[in-house]
Amino acid sequence: MTSAVAGDLPAPVAVHRAAYRRRHVRPGKVVKETLFYIAVVIVVLIALFPFYWVLRTSLLSNQQVAAGVGGANGIIPSHLSGAAYKNVFTQGSFLRPLLNSVIVAAATTLVTIVVASMAGYALARLRIRGTGPILAFILLAGFFPVLAMIGPLFLVLRYLGMLNNIYPLIIVYLVYTLPISTWLLKSFFEQIPAELEDAALVDGATRLQVLWKVVIPVAVPAVFTAAILSFILAWNDFAFAVSFLTSQAHFTAPLAITTFGQSQFQTFYNLIDAAVVIISIPIAVLVLFAQRRIVSGLTAGSFR
Amino acid sequence: MSTTENTAEGRPARAGRPALVKRLTPERRRPTPVGHARETGDRRLGYLLVAPVIILLLAITAYPLVYNIWNSFHFDNLSYGGLPHNFVGWKNFRAIFDSPQWVSALERTLVFTVVTIVFDIVVGLGLALMMHRQFRGRGFLRASILVPWAMPTVVSAMLWKTMFDPSAGFVDYILAAFHPAWSGLAWLNINTLRAWTAIFIADSWKNIPFVAILLLAGLQVIPNDVYEAARMDGASWWQSFTRVTLPLLKPALSVALIFRTLQALLVFDVIYIMTGGGPGNSTESLSYLNYNTFIINTDFGVGGAMSIILVLLALAVSFVIVRAFRPATS
Repeated sequence: MTSAVAGDLPAPVAVHRAAYRRRHVRPGKVVKETLFYIAVVIVVLIALFPFYWVLRTSLLSNQQVAAGVGGANGIIPSHLSGAAYKNVFTQGSFLRPLLNSVIVAAATTLVTIVVASMAGYALARLRIRGTGPILAFILLAGFFPVLAMIGPLFLVLRYLGMLNNIYPLIIVYLVYTLPISTWLLKSFFEQIPAELEDAALVDGATRLQVLWKVVIPVAVPAVFTAAILSFILAWNDFAFAVSFLTSQAHFTAPLAITTFGQSQFQTFYNLIDAAVVIISIPIAVLVLFAQRRIVSGLTAGSFR
Repeated sequence: MSTTENTAEGRPARAGRPALVKRLTPERRRPTPVGHARETGDRRLGYLLVAPVIILLLAITAYPLVYNIWNSFHFDNLSYGGLPHNFVGWKNFRAIFDSPQWVSALERTLVFTVVTIVFDIVVGLGLALMMHRQFRGRGFLRASILVPWAMPTVVSAMLWKTMFDPSAGFVDYILAAFHPAWSGLAWLNINTLRAWTAIFIADSWKNIPFVAILLLAGLQVIPNDVYEAARMDGASWWQSFTRVTLPLLKPALSVALIFRTLQALLVFDVIYIMTGGGPGNSTESLSYLNYNTFIINTDFGVGGAMSIILVLLALAVSFVIVRAFRPATS
């Protein structure tokens, strides 16, 4: 903008303007900018330093943990080892819980995408009666207190002989994933021009064919967003897992972590933190790659 | 003939309506190639497609709710396996209201909720304003803020449990540099206030980002010319913030408020992992107590009654927030 204005003016005036700006506007602005960047750095530090601390702790040996922080084991320890990572898998048998978590989160995501795209399409396009109440109910279900569900669900699973089993979790976790995914996909489908579908309908395709062959391919970004959010939400559950699972072989990864590093006299945080680092990695990667998607997915249709 | 019933939800025109009118009626946004046979078929398919989501969500939420209501008026404790599940009237509810453990858990949870939402909304708004500015490194800031939100609660809780540990933690290490008496402070298992502080920090660290992202989206939909107009009228930064930004941010604020209030009211994972309800019972929340009653005491009668109260409390709080914000949103 400055240059555009300057270009229209005779050269001496433009120079004068620029000099004026530099002298009179800049100093206050520089202080402000500096303060702003300091604030940004503080925020980033608060957000990320705990991760550094956990990474640092996970690379210590048992002896270093026992010795406490300080001296050679300061903020940057003089000696690092990967022993805790090995112990998490050997002593802690972390592989099984990790695998359980992957299975449950992936299956939940898959079911969510199928069920939510069908419902989202119906709510966006097929003009069914009671769309408003249905959407309200789906939203309300998302707010339902988790801890108020565990008692009855525990009794049901006990009756079915499915306690201490990861597969029922796939259904239970839908309470986290379905509401947000259905809303997200519904609001995306609404934005797809109807002409696209009409063309296919004229050509004699059925609605279901239209949904799978026309709508879903166009909606890939939204489906992808819903999938990422569902995976994160299912991967992160603790309450259901701790209520229904009782033996290490059937634990999910978040639950298994709480059993690590406990000895009679000391908590071995290197072991716990190695496991913490391991389960953080997939989530961190997802966030870094799909930052924009996640943000838009979280806020889609929140206040319209 | 029957034109009266097709306006409200953009329903299809009925037989007897002239084709031209049908074509021109505004609610029919697109021409239907096959006519109303397609519409009826569509709607039938619509119910079929929407059924799974409704059935599944009813099974996971409504069914437990009804089951809880039933249980709350009956005796049902697995520890006394053989005893019949007799009707006991309001006995379970009375047991809860007479229990000092539950009453103090209620007080704690409410105090925690109020402190948390005030702090989280204020800080979240600050972060949203920060991310709303154009500057180099904005994407990096947003990613750093988003990472704590996406982490499992186990991660945030264990992270801060490590940070607050007297021997392995960073907090006491730094505090000791300021005052020797502050070295080796036990945060989680001795002092109630300190334990709550640690829980509060871990919980806010994880959940403020979500508030910030919601509010950022709210800021982004405020058109720029509103600010221009305020500036033209000579409004200071503070004036335009309180008179323009905040009122226009109300819808986003209400969404953030509802989310955060319910999360705080139902807090469980952080407490389970960081303190296990201790020292003593001093960090037990309503949800934690509910978990204990169900899973540890296997008392599904009293636990069911607790759940009903929890659901009613959550409903009441959301209702109040929605009511409080309604005039501006509509």
